[in-house]
Amino acid sequence: MFKKLSIAAAAIALSATSSMAATEVTWWHAMGGKLGQKLEDVAKKFNESQSEYKIVPVYKGTYPETLTAAIAAFRAGQQPAIVQVFEVGTGTMMAAKGAVYPVYQLMKDAGEPWDPSKFLAPVTGYYTDPQGNILSMPFNSSTPILYYNKDVFQKAGLNPDVAPKTWAELGEMSKKIVSSGAAKCGFTMSYGASWVGLENYSAIQDLPYGTKQNGFGGMDARLTFNGPHQAAFWDQLKKWHDDGSYKYGGPSGGADAAPAFYSQQCAVYMNSSASRADVIANSKFNVGFAPMPYDDKVTKDPKNSIIGGATLWVLNGQKNKEVYKGAAKFFTYLSQPDIQADWHQFTGYLPITNAAYELGQKQGYYAKNPGSDIAIKQITRGTPDDNSKGVRFGNLSQIRDALDQQLEAVLAGKKTGQQALDDGAKQGNAILTDFQAANSN
Amino acid sequence: MQTKRTVFKSRLLPYLLLAPQLIITLIFFVWPAGQAIWQSFLRQDPFGMKDTFIWFANYTRLLGDADYMNALGVTVVFSIGVTALSMGASLLLAVCVNRVIRSQRFYTTLLVWPYAVAPAASGLLWWFMFNPSVGIIPYGLNYLGYNWNFRLNPNDAMILVIIAAAWKQISYNFLFFVAGLQSVPHSLTEAAAIDGAGPVKRFWTIVFPLLSPTTFFLAVINITYAMFDTFPIIDSTTSGGPAQSTNILVYKVYADGFIGLNLGPSAAQSVVLMLIVVLLTIVQFRWIERKVQY
Repeated sequence: MFKKLSIAAAAIALSATSSMAATEVTWWHAMGGKLGQKLEDVAKKFNESQSEYKIVPVYKGTYPETLTAAIAAFRAGQQPAIVQVFEVGTGTMMAAKGAVYPVYQLMKDAGEPWDPSKFLAPVTGYYTDPQGNILSMPFNSSTPILYYNKDVFQKAGLNPDVAPKTWAELGEMSKKIVSSGAAKCGFTMSYGASWVGLENYSAIQDLPYGTKQNGFGGMDARLTFNGPHQAAFWDQLKKWHDDGSYKYGGPSGGADAAPAFYSQQCAVYMNSSASRADVIANSKFNVGFAPMPYDDKVTKDPKNSIIGGATLWVLNGQKNKEVYKGAAKFFTYLSQPDIQADWHQFTGYLPITNAAYELGQKQGYYAKNPGSDIAIKQITRGTPDDNSKGVRFGNLSQIRDALDQQLEAVLAGKKTGQQALDDGAKQGNAILTDFQAANSN
Repeated sequence: MQTKRTVFKSRLLPYLLLAPQLIITLIFFVWPAGQAIWQSFLRQDPFGMKDTFIWFANYTRLLGDADYMNALGVTVVFSIGVTALSMGASLLLAVCVNRVIRSQRFYTTLLVWPYAVAPAASGLLWWFMFNPSVGIIPYGLNYLGYNWNFRLNPNDAMILVIIAAAWKQISYNFLFFVAGLQSVPHSLTEAAAIDGAGPVKRFWTIVFPLLSPTTFFLAVINITYAMFDTFPIIDSTTSGGPAQSTNILVYKVYADGFIGLNLGPSAAQSVVLMLIVVLLTIVQFRWIERKVQY
């Protein structure tokens, strides 16, 4: 931690010394690798487009590390103007009223054009307060999709052009893949116990994750994901785990999932649509793309999936008020259709505005790149309801950690799906009680 | 006391001479420790905008927290495991090196190398070797019919972190044991040999008891190491999982405070840890300074 802080301090010192005429706007982000380069590119282009403001992107590590660093910096009075916070941190940020400069307010104060209806509804729906105001700037939103290895499907005697539509089909196909020796395991996934394996599972099957519209209705919401269907699904995962159909990818983002897919150990991989670029770069086989499977034992009419990824939050307390003007200008720049479309097409994140999606259609991007519009179609299918709008809880990252441990206990045969989810809900609700107490006095 | 006493003419001078050390201690140890104690009585939101003084609520909650009790148990198993493994292995190596007549220095140098490896790097190294997807060791174990998976099997995970943590400490222990062995008078072992005692008997009845001050010192050092310095190893291998089975106290402070942003309870945990350090220090001073009786 000390190291991280000192790096942060060094970064601040560095950015402070390069004093130029342009007002500097610091932007802490969590995009490494290819995504990070693209992000720096976006900032560079903005800086070249005008001379008054200079966006200074600083890479701060993973999402949790970035959030932690921003909070530590805020406590020390050294906060950046803009920080990229993952969707899991939304509840925490929304509760931090004095620390956050809501983006709708920022745009109004800076006199920048701001029309929330231009954004994709499922994205903004996630980041608005109960009064309908958008609190953070949508930037990189994704949703889980299914990637599969067409070569392995062929080898196993399956039709490589037909992806599993339901979990039951996925189970059947996995068995065939394993028994034919085409691959060692059928499928693996990232966020097996959280974003993919529970939050999105609940949304797609239209099952509640918590009370009060999954937490959108207020801080007194509590978790109710321990329903019989979710429990049955986890029990089924355990069965698939035992017969080799499913390989656990590890806690949190699942560090073992992607390598298992790239090395052709597992034929199917479920993760964010933003993994697209990495999947294409790392797989030496034909990749197929498909929507997330649904559970036909629970529903015949799958709902929309929910988003992940991050938004940009503006933090209060900058001494130079000009900085906020720069941030607002940058946000206007970011919402331009061509900038958005470029970012979306390069990274696999969703197009944030309707205009960017239309631009992509006009350019013929989706026709040229099959599978690239699966995420947006999946997230916009049907009408979102209380169960599929998203989940918003304080300290959700801690709740997710607890759930990782619960799924591990199920897979190790120590608990049934029901026991694990009951215990997870109990732990999670204790965390929520704390969060509510800390934020409500 | 036979030590020579220096008398300062000025009353101020000794304090001035001590000042740099005192200031460092105050700023980097006493001040943060004080803050931790203060924070452990508060309930605070992550951004530090609102806080409520809640007396001992954070502490009483720890007592009723099954996860905390689990972490306590895990820490005990882990520290004993690390201490026993690293001391056992290094004693064996030290005895071997002590018997080698040629190239003793060469072996000593080689054996000290791991100490120079950063804990995070060593954690990653072991994580890589034992990784269920790409590791070489699970691949070998698979042939023996054992399905190694530290992601899911708590015992596998514990074994992994113990090996990784102990490996790093072997060098340190080894140096002390070699020095200890070299100070055992040859005349004693020779006399025993003449009396007909075999090498094993000589070791256990003469060398080992004479080594006991070193052993005791190292035991305290190793327990302290296992409890407080192994954070990077846990972080880079198991992150406390699966299902909390390698979540030692120090890691829990970090996970609750920095990842979970639950500062009050995390501060309370670190105060408890502070008390444990104090206790260990007292043990060390009281018994080690007095020398072990044999």
